Amino acid sequence: MSNPPTPESPRDSESEVSADRTVPVETPAAPGLSRRGLLALGGGVGLAVGAVAGGITGIAVTKNNSSSAAELEYSFYGEHQSGIITPAQDRMHFAAFDMRDDATRDDLISLLQDWSYATSRMMMGLDVSAKGAFRGGPYLPPEDTGEASGLGPSGLTITFGFGRSLFRSDDGTDRFGLAAQLPEDFTDLPTMVNDFIQPARSGGDLCVQACSNDPQVAVHAIRNLTRIAFGRAQLKWSQLGFGRTSSTSTAQDTPRNLFGQKDGTNNLKAEEPDRLTENVWITDGPAWSHGGSYLVARRIAMTIEVWDGVQLQEQDRVLGRDKESGAPLSGGTEFTAPDFAATDDGGKLLIDIRSHVARTHPENNDGIAMLRRGYNYVDGNDDTGRLDAGLFFIAFVNQPDRFAAVHTNMARDDMFVEYLKTTSSSVFVVPGGIGESEYVGQSLFEA
Amino acid sequence: MKSITVNRATLGAGAAVGVAALTFSGCVANVSTTSADGVLTVTSTADACTVSSNTTTSGNTTFQITNSGTQTTEFYLLSSDGLRIVAEKENIAPGSNAELTVSLQPGDYFTACKPGMRGENVGETAFTVTGEAVELAGEDAELLSTAVSDYLNFVKNEVAELQPEVAKFAQTYAEGDDATARDLFATTRVHYERIEPIAEALGVLDPRIDYREIDYLAEAEALAKDDETFTQWLGFHRMEKDLWVPAKDAVQPDGTSAWDGWEPSTAAERKVLADTLVSDVNKLYETVNADDFSSAQGVDIATVSNGASGLLEEIAVGKVTGEEDWWSHTDLYDFQANLQGSRVAFELVAPIAERKSETGKELVASITSEFDKLQAQLDEYGSLKDGYVSYDTVTRDQQRELVDQIDATREPLSKLTNAVLGIN
Repeated sequence: MSNPPTPESPRDSESEVSADRTVPVETPAAPGLSRRGLLALGGGVGLAVGAVAGGITGIAVTKNNSSSAAELEYSFYGEHQSGIITPAQDRMHFAAFDMRDDATRDDLISLLQDWSYATSRMMMGLDVSAKGAFRGGPYLPPEDTGEASGLGPSGLTITFGFGRSLFRSDDGTDRFGLAAQLPEDFTDLPTMVNDFIQPARSGGDLCVQACSNDPQVAVHAIRNLTRIAFGRAQLKWSQLGFGRTSSTSTAQDTPRNLFGQKDGTNNLKAEEPDRLTENVWITDGPAWSHGGSYLVARRIAMTIEVWDGVQLQEQDRVLGRDKESGAPLSGGTEFTAPDFAATDDGGKLLIDIRSHVARTHPENNDGIAMLRRGYNYVDGNDDTGRLDAGLFFIAFVNQPDRFAAVHTNMARDDMFVEYLKTTSSSVFVVPGGIGESEYVGQSLFEA
Repeated sequence: MKSITVNRATLGAGAAVGVAALTFSGCVANVSTTSADGVLTVTSTADACTVSSNTTTSGNTTFQITNSGTQTTEFYLLSSDGLRIVAEKENIAPGSNAELTVSLQPGDYFTACKPGMRGENVGETAFTVTGEAVELAGEDAELLSTAVSDYLNFVKNEVAELQPEVAKFAQTYAEGDDATARDLFATTRVHYERIEPIAEALGVLDPRIDYREIDYLAEAEALAKDDETFTQWLGFHRMEKDLWVPAKDAVQPDGTSAWDGWEPSTAAERKVLADTLVSDVNKLYETVNADDFSSAQGVDIATVSNGASGLLEEIAVGKVTGEEDWWSHTDLYDFQANLQGSRVAFELVAPIAERKSETGKELVASITSEFDKLQAQLDEYGSLKDGYVSYDTVTRDQQRELVDQIDATREPLSKLTNAVLGIN
């Protein structure tokens, strides 16, 4: 095997755990108050509690100790929201919400405040409130639904985004007084080849991406945030994902998608701050959006039964990489840069120009790169007995147009597209991170 | 017996019930707490949670909390076992102040803070409340017992209304006057659906009167054990299926064939079914009018309050899916009846919650507002007086809106019992 598992997998190393926290924090919450600064330097949200700080150290060396894995914890606060360059967790529950027709700007703000508070607690592995699942007395339904009790944060991150419709409805209505804040860059994606977009599972006023290494922790987060939203916003659609399909840190192995391929070898990584600034973080447009990003979510169904009958050499040609090692067909190892000009003895290009790697590589897309953070999904099967399976593709980019440019280039004649069908497509703007005592998106409402 | 006093507006002017307007005569604001309001200060730091006094007298007490630490903190008043949170103020930012007002009963408590929101409580300290118990006194106490007796009267009244209407419906059904029976079906059921949680507590009566075919089949053996005369599917829904005979390829809510093990009742069977329904409703009447009904069933203020939530759950689970009246599609009548029953119970309990605390007032306002919205949504589909549209014409999107508003109403309503019975 070209990639034997190492005894100490980088996925569980300390560098991974701290990767999300070594980003300098630019805006301390208050003069003289440097908790977040300490976090950035010390890498431990658990400063206040010895056990948790110990747990973070513990995870670096005790890979198989599940209780330590459960204690893996990221901070809700920082320059950027968590769940973007955080090392991709194994599980995801993604949800989109619509504000109710009669909801006001105050309802929206109070919802974001309540969500932020509950999130700050859940990301610490706590119930959504102090009374929580068990301590509110006999006459009330418990405030927390309880199924994540004792599971720890398990690396939970919760990332919030705003849909275009939150700023301006399709009919042009400015429901929340936010129309003037709609960034010019926030455009809809054009229709692409093999788009079979289902409106009922696309878009939405708000999105919440919950990622964790424990599926029950991620589902608990979405379930409780949905309950908190009752009366203000309603769940529009949601998607479960298992098996991350990208690495977002150099400390992580490249995972495989449901085609069996190493996916996202060339993905942007947390350790590349310059490329992140160039491709992921928003620096133009309204000030409140700076430090944020655009989240593109596309549910891409794979006709895996057909793919599975394709010869190995054809599978390699379609991707442009060796399926086992992930190395480009121009030679080398997984992380060797592809050479799109390399030819065989007969003068034929080693990497087909219609291969996935050729169509999507930054070299062939004016240098545009994106941070991919997708998950595999299997939603049972269809009535013909085929798995309803695919990739819930998530990418973070600093302009939706940049994603569209790459995707259009790919969709036009990438051989892959023959095996794909996109059933859901959404773009959300993810505002920048917040400090303690702030709520997510606060700067938008104070702009 | 006091006359039935239920809000006419709640039941709708068109509802076929002659009830008087609900008035709590002489019910004026009355401060029932026994002591002057106390104010205590709390200072939360990284390692201390200092309360200005570790004792106070019962009644309204306000904790003025200052977070002098560097982390977000929370302040808790804990029960004497230190486990249950009696009252709390959450999410107090460093350097900021917050207030918690609570109506305290005499007893032993603990105060504590939680800087950083996790780990062991900081500064957990015994806290004693002395003085007289805070009790609903005078008119308040009267309000409580009135609420229970009014609710019982409401139940009795609905059953009394149900009796003659069921007799008429059953007669037309038995005589084969299907057109008239179909007209009467939904409006007759209204009186039953308004008090459904009470009826459901009465053993096999509800299964005999109101079970759908798939429910009966699933429980047939157990039901026959409970009641040896209960050996076939009975009640409203069997008659409904006879009146709205399904197409040959129609299916049950569970996907099984409508005609699997079923055929229209014969004239003789219809007679038995009609007589049985009338006799079961008579039994219901006798049961709720028995002298010991209230004590035998343990009907108290919580029954009333929980009845309000229970009826909304009925809507959320059975009506909004269209499963209740699967063949007649008259679900919106049941929906309205459940909603009215829920609102009657709520309005009886609401004044008590309002008089208990500010939190109770806010809760009642919030529930009222959500009830109003739900009623307005339902009004778009018709009324009991003029009829409702067939539920099979209600689109998925419309169902989604209804579900959303039911959830929005259930959430605050689920806190009502605590507001009535709880300490805070």
